[in-house]
Amino acid sequence: MAADTTAADRTAADPTAAPTIVLVGHGMVGQRFLEALADRGVTDRARVVVLCEEPRAAYDRVHLTSYFSGTTPGELALAEEGFMERHGIELHLGDPVLTIDRAARTVTARSGLTVAYDTLVLATGSYPFVPPVPGKDAEGCFVYRTIEDLLAIEEYAKKGTTGTVVGGGLLGLEAAGALKGLGLDTHVVEFAPRLMPVQVDEGGGEALRRTIEEMGVAVHTGVGTQAIEAGEDGRVAAMSLSDGSSLATDLVVFSAGVRPRDQLARDCGLPVGERGGIVVDDQCRTPQDDAVYAIGECALASDGRVYGLVAPGYEMAETAAKEIAGDAGSFRGADLSTKLKLLGVDVASFGDAHGATPGCLDVLYSDSRSGVYKKLVVSREGVLLGGILIGDADSYGMLRPLTGSVPPVPPERLVLPAGAGAPVELGPSSLPDTAVICSCHNVTKGAILSAVAEHSCTTVPQIKKCTKAGTGCGSCLKVLGQLLPAAEDKGLCGCFAHTRQELYEIVRALRITSYAELLDNHGRDGARGSEGCEICKPAVASVIASLAPSIGAPTHVLDGGQAALQDTNDHFLANIQRNGSYSIVPRIPGGEITPEKLIVIGEVARDFGLYTKITGGQRIDLFGARVDQLPLIWTRLVDAGFESGHAYGKALRTVKSCVGSTWCRYGVQDSVKMAIDLELRYRGLRSPHKLKSAVSGCARECAEARGKDFGIIATASGWNLYVGGNGGADPRHADLLAQDLSDAELVRLIDRFLMFYIRTADRLERTSAWLGRIEGGLEHVRDVVVHDSLGICEELEALMSDHVAGYRDEWADTISDPERLSRFVSFVNAPDVPDPSVRFVEERDQIKPDLAAPAGPVLLAGPSLTIRTLEGTVTS
Amino acid sequence: MTIELLLDDEWFPVCDDMLLTPGRGVAALLPDGRQAALFQDRHGTLYAIDNRDPFTGAHVLSRGLIGSDAGRAYVASPLLKQRFDLASGRCLDDESVSNVTYAVRMM
Ligand code: SRM
Ligand SMILES: Cc1cc2nc3c(=O)[nH]c(=O)nc-3n(C[C@H](O)[C@H](O)[C@H](O)COP(=O)(O)OP(=O)(O)OC[C@H]3O[C@@H](n4cnc5c(N)ncnc54)[C@H](O)[C@@H]3O)c2cc1C
Ligand code: SF4
Ligand code: FES
Repeated sequence: MAADTTAADRTAADPTAAPTIVLVGHGMVGQRFLEALADRGVTDRARVVVLCEEPRAAYDRVHLTSYFSGTTPGELALAEEGFMERHGIELHLGDPVLTIDRAARTVTARSGLTVAYDTLVLATGSYPFVPPVPGKDAEGCFVYRTIEDLLAIEEYAKKGTTGTVVGGGLLGLEAAGALKGLGLDTHVVEFAPRLMPVQVDEGGGEALRRTIEEMGVAVHTGVGTQAIEAGEDGRVAAMSLSDGSSLATDLVVFSAGVRPRDQLARDCGLPVGERGGIVVDDQCRTPQDDAVYAIGECALASDGRVYGLVAPGYEMAETAAKEIAGDAGSFRGADLSTKLKLLGVDVASFGDAHGATPGCLDVLYSDSRSGVYKKLVVSREGVLLGGILIGDADSYGMLRPLTGSVPPVPPERLVLPAGAGAPVELGPSSLPDTAVICSCHNVTKGAILSAVAEHSCTTVPQIKKCTKAGTGCGSCLKVLGQLLPAAEDKGLCGCFAHTRQELYEIVRALRITSYAELLDNHGRDGARGSEGCEICKPAVASVIASLAPSIGAPTHVLDGGQAALQDTNDHFLANIQRNGSYSIVPRIPGGEITPEKLIVIGEVARDFGLYTKITGGQRIDLFGARVDQLPLIWTRLVDAGFESGHAYGKALRTVKSCVGSTWCRYGVQDSVKMAIDLELRYRGLRSPHKLKSAVSGCARECAEARGKDFGIIATASGWNLYVGGNGGADPRHADLLAQDLSDAELVRLIDRFLMFYIRTADRLERTSAWLGRIEGGLEHVRDVVVHDSLGICEELEALMSDHVAGYRDEWADTISDPERLSRFVSFVNAPDVPDPSVRFVEERDQIKPDLAAPAGPVLLAGPSLTIRTLEGTVTS
Repeated sequence: MTIELLLDDEWFPVCDDMLLTPGRGVAALLPDGRQAALFQDRHGTLYAIDNRDPFTGAHVLSRGLIGSDAGRAYVASPLLKQRFDLASGRCLDDESVSNVTYAVRMM
């Protein structure tokens, strides 16, 4: 037995010896406790020993499921690299504590290691409860708590086709999402009459059920698991249910709740609650033994509750650490707010979600068509008490901190969807300073504002570092962003106090064609004469390019000083990929292409061994070219009549088209011709963000024109023009700008609209965001571009005709000019050597980046080098 | 004039300075297979940093944009935009990461 001397012995021998703190359990709360000790300097004065049952150090259990979407166990780790060493903390992995001797003040672990403590902190978490049904130990039954559980489920799932989760609570639904992601037919069995019975009410459960069923997960509520039946081989084959039915299944995951891991405490005579949980007081200390604390999911807090969420656990960790450091701390309970994305559905509940407060009232919005259910609980006086949000939890970040106060607008308006009377983005300015913005780390609005003022935090990452806000579940990030001072300083970046729109006017009026000139004369004082930055360089390059013909700047984006301003995509006229190779998208106007041209694309892709994919924009993307191959590839493409598709630029992308009246029996106009005409007119137009368009031949809208920046839908008498549509992260349908336009009217209106947008939008602001931001919105834009209220239409049209007249294909111009071509080499000192770090492996008969390639220097040749030959075969 | 990098006590000639565009980088292949990203700022100062982006493992830093922060030059990775101080190699967005830099001279 590797017995240590007892703490008392040591102290007797040397009264100045450092006291020992022993932590049992290195889970989420345990790690947070260690950080809190370190923050208070306790780790400098005390010996800290951690005994950890799992084979790995603390990791982010909350985001466990993200393992199935590619997060590695290493990325889930919680402690910063070197944290233990830096603070002299002794961490013993894979060595659980088996007994505590409170009289001798020692703990003994499985390996036999005995450690004496002055202070003992139990953070042993919970174990998953497995209902005592017959067959529960059959091969193929799992729980869902640790990385090891996940690895085992993943391995076993390879042998089956169907999986069933017992329990339709928060974790059960996460587990169901994971099984679905593993390709299993997934069932959820929940004893209660609805899903997530703890967090949501009946209506919410119904909305959730509908959405989850639509994703192909079968939901069985109001039935219990009676028995697990195993086949002859001892492996799970079916589950019998309390309604007499049976469910064939290859794998079972129990997720029927958790129970506090309080056995160690029971064994050494510390009291536990009736339903489990180590009894602690407001300081998280066991009342019977001053030297012992319990924190996190294993503790029964002084308010009589065991908290199964991480935020209250973190508060307990802070409390215990404060207490140990000699500062007063207390934990008397926490609220149970949660926001989750379960199977892609937003679910949030906060405060008194079930309306338990006597006399409270509900305000409800429910739309089963779109799977949205929102309920707010308010007092008779109008104080917001809590709520449930399903399907659309955007307002959670704002509503939670408003809890306990009377919201600035009537609660009815807070549940309505955007566009149906919802208040325009209720900003965080309406919150009191005491409102808790980040509930994971209990950070108030006041604390964030003082971090902004005192430590001049100007970005969300800085706030995260300074206050820890936003580093837990992440649901407060949106509000954090809104609290930043950026709202006052509208400058483009640290170099310019002007907005993009103001810079556009400066460049246009003073005919400035060089970035350095703009920076040195119009930059912020500290930035003049400097290198500038990666934010304003491409933005200024785009402004100069948009105005090039009319201010006399070179029209090729790689000429003059402009080359040094472009992001790598514009610089190489191709899109960079994760391994440093590039993709190529030739323009295919309107999606129309001849068989000959298709063959050329196929031949080029084959000859250079490129990965080939049809894009969502009705064209073809060729991936995996090295910089030195780009000119060779484009020489072939240009010869065949292709030109740049500007997939790399903030410029016009595609004008998608349906087949239209030429072929389609419903079509009323020739949508293909219009799409091609528009794409050729606006190709190469540099803008604040990318521009997309589409033309549909009739109201059936097969080209999805209303999802575009400018979309055109044919009518019997002409065209309807819609603007401000967007797919992407924040989708929006385009609004009707004008109706029944002739071809010429349509083009003129688009000319004006685009030029007005380019002139007034912010950097990286799509038309949808721009329309939402500018004063007067769509009405104002209509006044300007249809009714010419500012008298600038003539000028806007002239700018567009300059663009159309000045357009030249960037790639044709590049390959014909040796100087422009000289940059297309992998190495300045070895122009003929291809970059050996760009390597590929095969997948589904094509290449993909070899991301497993060694990280360090790569050999120039050798047996492991993957070489692509011109024939496009992959050899190793 | 030739640009040279200091590699293990020896100056390694890379290329003629005419091949650099101020504000833009180029990649150089080193004798042991490593790669360096070489930059010249608008005032003519030269910098060299390992071409490998530690966040993605791709050899791409030479294709990033350069900028200055409190008077010190940095390069922003073209992939996920983390910035690296060109003189010290320190990552400005993540203290725990840094990159190798090389001494450069013009002869
Ligand atoms: C290739 C393609 C996916 C595909 O295989 O289908 C694609 C690929 C990329 N998209 Fe996309 N998007 C593609 C169609 C779309 C569509 C669908 C469409 O256009 O009909 C959308 C939604 C529609 C929209 O934009 O409103 C779309 C919304 C985005 C967004 C989000 C934009 C937003 O406003 O939220 C980004 C990010 C951005 O631009 O900031 C993005 C960014 C990207 C980038 C450029 C990311 C990057 O910087 O590396 C991808 C690189 C392309 C490459 O390397 O070649 N891509 N992307 C599609 C190319 C279409 C084309 O032929 O040009
Ligand atoms: C899939 C999943 C999703 C979740 N999602 C959310 C969410 O969205 N929001 C939220 O707030 N919470 C969520 N939780 C709950 C959250 O993970 C827990 O509240 C949190 O991990 C509790 O921390 P803890 O340190 O108390 O326990 P744990 O993180 O479980 O850590 C306890 C550790 O102690 C170890 N241990 C136990 N006994 C001993 C012993 N005798 N000796 C040594 N070590 C021992 C255990 O092995 C374990 O590693 C989720 C949990 C899971 C499993
Ligand atoms: S939008 Fe109309 S014309 Fe075009 S394909 Fe669809 S139905 Fe036919
Ligand atoms: S609320 Fe979870 S990180 Fe802020």
